[in-house]
Amino acid sequence: MSKRAGNKPLEARKASPLLVSLSAVFLGIVAGCIFILCIGKNPFAGFERILFGALSNTRRIGNTLGMSTQLILIGLSVAFAFKTGLFNIGASGQMLIGGITGSILAFYLPMSMPRPVYLFIVIVAAMATGAFWGFLSGLLKARFNVHEVVSTIMLNWIAYWIVYDFIPRFIIDPTISVKSKPIETAHTLRADWITDITSFSTLNYGFFLAIIMCIVVWFILQKTTLGFNLKAVGSNRFCAEYAGIKVNRSIMISMAIAGALASLAGLTYYCGYSNIMEMGKMPNEGYDGIAVALLGNCSPIGIFFSAIFFGILKMGRGSLAATGIPTEIADTIIATIIYFTATNVILASFWNKIFRSGFSKKEGAAIAAMKQKGIAKPIEQLSREEFRTLAKEGKTLVNKDKKEGR
Amino acid sequence: MLDIWKEFPGIIANGGITLQVEEGEIHAILGENGAGKSTLMSILFGLYHADKGIIKVRGKEVNIKSPNDAFDLGIGMVHQHFQLVHNFTVAENIIMGKEGGFVYDIRKASRKIKEISERYGLSIEPDMVIEDITVGMQQRVEILKMLYRDADILIFDEPTAVLTPQEIDELMQIMKNLAAEGKSIILITHKLDEIKAVAKRCTIIRRGKLIGVVDVDKASVEEMAAAMVGRPVSFKVDKAPSRPGKPILEIENLSVMNSKKVLGVKNLSLTVHGGEIIGLAGVDGNGQTELVEAITGLRKAESGTIKFNGKDITGISIAERNAMGLGHIPEDRQKRGLILNAPLTSNMVIKKFTEAPFSNHGILNYPEILGYTEKIIEKFDVRSGEGADSLAGKLSGGNQQKAIIGREITADPDLLIAVQPTRGLDVGAIEYIHKQLVNERDRGKAILLVSFELDEIFNLSDKIAVISGGELIDIVDTADTDEHSVGLLMAGIRKGEEK
Repeated sequence: MSKRAGNKPLEARKASPLLVSLSAVFLGIVAGCIFILCIGKNPFAGFERILFGALSNTRRIGNTLGMSTQLILIGLSVAFAFKTGLFNIGASGQMLIGGITGSILAFYLPMSMPRPVYLFIVIVAAMATGAFWGFLSGLLKARFNVHEVVSTIMLNWIAYWIVYDFIPRFIIDPTISVKSKPIETAHTLRADWITDITSFSTLNYGFFLAIIMCIVVWFILQKTTLGFNLKAVGSNRFCAEYAGIKVNRSIMISMAIAGALASLAGLTYYCGYSNIMEMGKMPNEGYDGIAVALLGNCSPIGIFFSAIFFGILKMGRGSLAATGIPTEIADTIIATIIYFTATNVILASFWNKIFRSGFSKKEGAAIAAMKQKGIAKPIEQLSREEFRTLAKEGKTLVNKDKKEGR
Repeated sequence: MLDIWKEFPGIIANGGITLQVEEGEIHAILGENGAGKSTLMSILFGLYHADKGIIKVRGKEVNIKSPNDAFDLGIGMVHQHFQLVHNFTVAENIIMGKEGGFVYDIRKASRKIKEISERYGLSIEPDMVIEDITVGMQQRVEILKMLYRDADILIFDEPTAVLTPQEIDELMQIMKNLAAEGKSIILITHKLDEIKAVAKRCTIIRRGKLIGVVDVDKASVEEMAAAMVGRPVSFKVDKAPSRPGKPILEIENLSVMNSKKVLGVKNLSLTVHGGEIIGLAGVDGNGQTELVEAITGLRKAESGTIKFNGKDITGISIAERNAMGLGHIPEDRQKRGLILNAPLTSNMVIKKFTEAPFSNHGILNYPEILGYTEKIIEKFDVRSGEGADSLAGKLSGGNQQKAIIGREITADPDLLIAVQPTRGLDVGAIEYIHKQLVNERDRGKAILLVSFELDEIFNLSDKIAVISGGELIDIVDTADTDEHSVGLLMAGIRKGEEK
């Protein structure tokens, strides 16, 4: 048991979160194939259609990325709260808050305003109202010990009815009286140059905002005292309290930041991806974001890719209908993936077992090689390179032994 | 158990350990923390599976895959933390899982329990509810549970950690009764005098390797300790007489509520000077926790004042108290002391990460944090698989405690509150930690030691303060008293009240 400062001990590999997530995706796709086979269709044709629908031309790629935008931001929101030990189910309501803030400002701010100034104002305003919305849950938890799952769900409905009231009050479309007026393109997050290169897709500045937020969240969690603070509270609030960290304050800050991120998602959704808000519609994306965060292992880079993956499934499913495969198959695949992600412990132990048996085979080979060469050194003291070459040499020895029937 | 091997990442927990226990024998297993005692027992109990080796019970080779297999073979374990349902009666707890059919006969079970209880001198009433009986009795219920299941091999994992001196004596007697009736007992402990008192033979393991089996009668306590640690150990802490300096901690008329909303600490006054160790003696649950939490800021004081270095700190935040130089080795190292799923680096700066040089303008400075952590690891001999990046939860209990003590002492506090600093640790680690505390005292720091073990209090303290029922009964000079008189004070009997 020698001390190897900064040096990992020689041991079997461990399943990484990436491998576990990829396994979940793989199993989800396999399950999807089985479903498609069950209804007597060709699964490869089905997946070919999904990929075709999502990625076959620049417009479709643009739409997929446009769809992924809000999934990235919601995934970040859920993951951020999760790191502080909080479960943010309220992303849907926070999205609505961000959407209504952006939509109202879009009509009440003058068109003459310079675009960068306008964009800056709506982004800050949407994040601020969303932060307030998240903060309310944090406050309820910190002050009155109301569980955030309960408070965020209730706040979802409060947001829902606020939108229901505000649309007719401020921004109703008189011709279709259940929707808001479409926002002028100059007051959405869309940009001509993006629309041009992606042939009128829904892709907008929101996608870049999402990428920036991935970096910001990564930076906060990994490099700042704030992130340290929040993670400490999330991992062991008793220890955090003992160390002098203000647990209640951390809970409120974390929920506020999560709210701001989800609200930003709402802004990109209602004032970028789309340009209207409907009355009486709770966005599903708030719940999809939980799946995105889980599959992405709550890390910003993981969330980015898992959001794009879900975006592909969501955009591509529309094209499934042409093959006679019901579009619900895509939803089933998503659900199956979530299921397998939730059982990540089983997946990880499956891989660990495989790695361990591979490692002990190598170890046996290395010992055989060492015996032949007469190296008398405990195997733990070998360096990685030595171990690797010895294992290779030993393998041929072991195989030869086997052939000779020993 | 013959030639048992078990490997964990980076550590060989059991490297060819053989343990042979005879019928009717009390066999002790002695080893430092992380020596592999618990691993070995977990293998016997079916919680882990050995990589290599054979287990034989009554001469027959067996394969124990789960605790149920162990039960079937007559192997029972009394865990350190009792596994009882608090609002069930003794009888209900004992028959749980062994009700025998859909409708169970509690009266028949009660009769059997009473019978067993009388046979081994356990004096347990089957109709009592668990939450109404003492810790010592709860432990005897655990023993009864094993006997009810006809266990012949009983494993006791650090059984005396939670008992008062009188209860320990009773337990020792019970163990002897059991052995006399032909039961085999495996006693895992780090307390050598207990081994001396009851065990016939003792298997000593060190760092996963078998060191030897000794006949307890023929070996001295010092020899066994030396074999376990690998070098001679001194039990008495060498320390010069204390030179008390100015008062560091002054508590006046402090009252604190406990979690049941009644006064846990009543009108308590106590002063701790620099350069002295005050030992707070008392039976667990007599207000120690509330007092410590009030001083450290984890709990609000109802009335009274706490002064630290002359300044009133009664109402200020935990962070401010930490910054003023208040160090705290918490009672529960896994709940309060460490974030188990965070690396040592984070744990070592958890009280300091907002300060330079560990962060500047809110941005963490990882190289500084790493350097600081490695300094503590080096100085306090914290052993871990992957150095500073090891998760705190992967360390053995002793090394976790060393890490906490290293963190607190390196922060150079004026007052160090050490609560049960050596609980569950082996003699090597205890010796080391005691030395560190005396060192701090000699550097002029004030130390408030809270411990439920009188040995520790007597070994370290310059003065002993005795708490009972939340009140400070008396403060005495260690030199002028003995365990008997402190024991009486702990029971709440003041001087002069004694017949």
